[in-house]
Amino acid sequence: MKLSISKVANGARLGVISNIGRNGDKTLEVPGCLLYTKTGSPPHLTHDTLQTIEGVPAVTHITLSTLAEHQEVLEEYKEGIGKFAGMPDAVLYCSTHDPVSPCPTGYNTNKAVSLWGAGGRIEMTAQKFISAQRVLRPDWFQCLSDGEVTPGGNSRKRVKKSVDRTLAFLDECLQLLSGHEDLKPCVLIGAVEGGDLLEERLRSARETAKRPVGGFLLDGFHGGSAEKELSLISAVTAALPEDKPRFIHGMGRPDEVLECVQRGVDLFDSCFPYRVTERGCALIFSHCYRPDPETAVLEKSETSGAERNGDVGAESEEPDADRAEMTSFEICLKEKRFREDFRPLLEGCSCYCCRNHSRAYVHHLLAAKELLAGILLMIHNFQHYFRFFGSIRAALRDGEINALAELIRKQSS
Amino acid sequence: MAAPQCHALVHRVLAECPVTKARACEFRLPHGPVKTPVFMPVGTQGTMKGVTADQLRNLGCEICLGNTYHLGMRPGPEIMKKAGGLHGFMNWGRNLLTDSGGFQMVSLVELSKVTEEGVQFRSPYDGKEILLTPEKSIEIQNALGSDIMMQLDDVVSSTITGPRVEEAMHRSIRWLDRCIAANSNPDRQNLFAIIQGGLDAELRRKCLQEMTKRDVPGFAIGGLSGGEEKDHFWRMVTLSTDHLPRDKPRYLMGVGYATDLVVCVALGCDMFDCVFPTRTARFGSALVPWGSLQLKNKQFAKDFQPIDKNCDCPTCQRYSRAYINALFKSDTAAMHHITIHNIAYQLNLMRSVRDSILQGRFPQFVQDFMRTMYSSRDKYPQWAVDALETVGITLQ
Repeated sequence: MKLSISKVANGARLGVISNIGRNGDKTLEVPGCLLYTKTGSPPHLTHDTLQTIEGVPAVTHITLSTLAEHQEVLEEYKEGIGKFAGMPDAVLYCSTHDPVSPCPTGYNTNKAVSLWGAGGRIEMTAQKFISAQRVLRPDWFQCLSDGEVTPGGNSRKRVKKSVDRTLAFLDECLQLLSGHEDLKPCVLIGAVEGGDLLEERLRSARETAKRPVGGFLLDGFHGGSAEKELSLISAVTAALPEDKPRFIHGMGRPDEVLECVQRGVDLFDSCFPYRVTERGCALIFSHCYRPDPETAVLEKSETSGAERNGDVGAESEEPDADRAEMTSFEICLKEKRFREDFRPLLEGCSCYCCRNHSRAYVHHLLAAKELLAGILLMIHNFQHYFRFFGSIRAALRDGEINALAELIRKQSS
Repeated sequence: MAAPQCHALVHRVLAECPVTKARACEFRLPHGPVKTPVFMPVGTQGTMKGVTADQLRNLGCEICLGNTYHLGMRPGPEIMKKAGGLHGFMNWGRNLLTDSGGFQMVSLVELSKVTEEGVQFRSPYDGKEILLTPEKSIEIQNALGSDIMMQLDDVVSSTITGPRVEEAMHRSIRWLDRCIAANSNPDRQNLFAIIQGGLDAELRRKCLQEMTKRDVPGFAIGGLSGGEEKDHFWRMVTLSTDHLPRDKPRYLMGVGYATDLVVCVALGCDMFDCVFPTRTARFGSALVPWGSLQLKNKQFAKDFQPIDKNCDCPTCQRYSRAYINALFKSDTAAMHHITIHNIAYQLNLMRSVRDSILQGRFPQFVQDFMRTMYSSRDKYPQWAVDALETVGITLQ
């Protein structure tokens, strides 16, 4: 695995990670995102429906928390999670937790980290963690870490302890790794902890960077674009070596992504389009930083506050908690105003859903609680999100990252 | 009666089994050809339960069902018209068959009352009183634009007997005439009659006699598959096909278990529909030539084979029983994998049935099918043995 940065503009890094995958013949462009999966499956999708999506990331993101309970099965299977999940050629990155389901705090110890799967809590010691990675056989994996410290929520003592524990886990894992020939090709991603304490963040970054890790995960950030989080991110990336990729989880809104990209973060998960799908919404934000005048008008009217806010709550069939989570980058297809709207989810979008179906149809599927709603929205939201990352790279290449950031900022009200 | 009119359906019998009443036909509908015997998957609300239109087409499906009751309630005929009918709404370029809506009303809605005028019920969506007349049913089906529409019939439970059954049969004939008269689009939409008469052979015969006088493009055998004894069921089926014209399709409603399909093809039926294969898939049950596999069961957790190693469906080509078992706990895709497999199973079964009829070896096919499904002679259901015996197949 080799990261080559070709350009740095306003702190944002454009580059490519090469020599990845079992044969070392795959590449991943940065800034980029990973393909989110649950139990090794992109949510709602089969291989066929995934194939319809353009720009699917070269690296698939699996989560240990959804897979740990199947360890015994995978041990017997012997050929790794990729082949087991029907994607034998996928390059895999394994994170410890599922960013979509936050885990209860207070269960981690010096010896073990608790994971929360469908079957409840699973305690992971370094030993168990490494044996889990041996059966999963990912290409990259996040090292076991005590990452339950969230900015603003913990005592200095607890934050310090999380950094210490995480480094101890890293050392233990590195030692265990050296004893397993089969894990040699795996790349270990070290977690940078430290909550909201700058000096602990820096200590964690510097100490982790001293170890033979292939990349870094900026752990414990939760989004919302708080200035404090963003300045911590800047400080951490500045303390990290430039030749290794930086991952982040839980920062998925388009505005957050750009803020992070401009602070030197390279890789994101794609939980955001999944969450949007789960609340019955479709991404419609524009990331066309050089829009032609005609579509510009159209996009504007679509996301205009008046239409969006109005009294849609009243006409929605389910004025539920989903609404509170909604961002300005999406429309909610559950709303009655889409009943007779025969336009595609997003004019000009080339995804399978937009080429074949209308907003009225998706609205109907949601109202009837039909399974196809999740499939179609997932296809659209994934493709739109993957394209957004394509635009980020193109904008960096063209020297237009500020124009893109401004365009996104304007839509983030 | 009237001189045969030009229907939107051209029917050809390609081969007839020299032993049984089985036949292989092809008919042309406005949205392409349909090769029979055919199983028609049910897409109740304008979608095939977690399968995209492209996937359904790739499985080789030539015709599927939509439900008039559900679609008439939501999104309603007005939106359907604006969307270019159900074909446009769900973007399905092949054929569609819609039911009359009557069956759902009787089965789903408690407060329904049948009068000569129609079926009266309270809408479960807004509580309003609604009267579904034969004219209204056809009006909605005309808005849906289905290639085959079903007449509104007076449905009574197949387990009741007495004068109510006779009344329903006569009323269904009268309603057929009203439906024929109400069809505003006979050039593009075929209206099928539904033979009623419960489990009473005399009533069935009377109904057949009357209905076959009408020049409709096809006939359905209705009022069965509702929990009656299998022994009564098959006798009514074979009696019906004995009296139905050779040159028109015969549709046996609500039948979808593999054994029932094979036996009823032998009795002369061409078309079938049932929610069973897709519904059972969502509960984790995968159909195989020797029965079914409950993939949620622990016994499959470490079973790394495909559902059926001889199946060429996208699911069996890529996923194992063990993976589907693991995925079931976390994601809907597990259901989709089984739904795709089960539709493929049904369509492949009917394709094999058809090929064997075309090649003149259907009786042997039935022998092989039964042996694979039940493994030994003493497990064969008696009704299937009896039914097949009457059309010249003695199971070995």
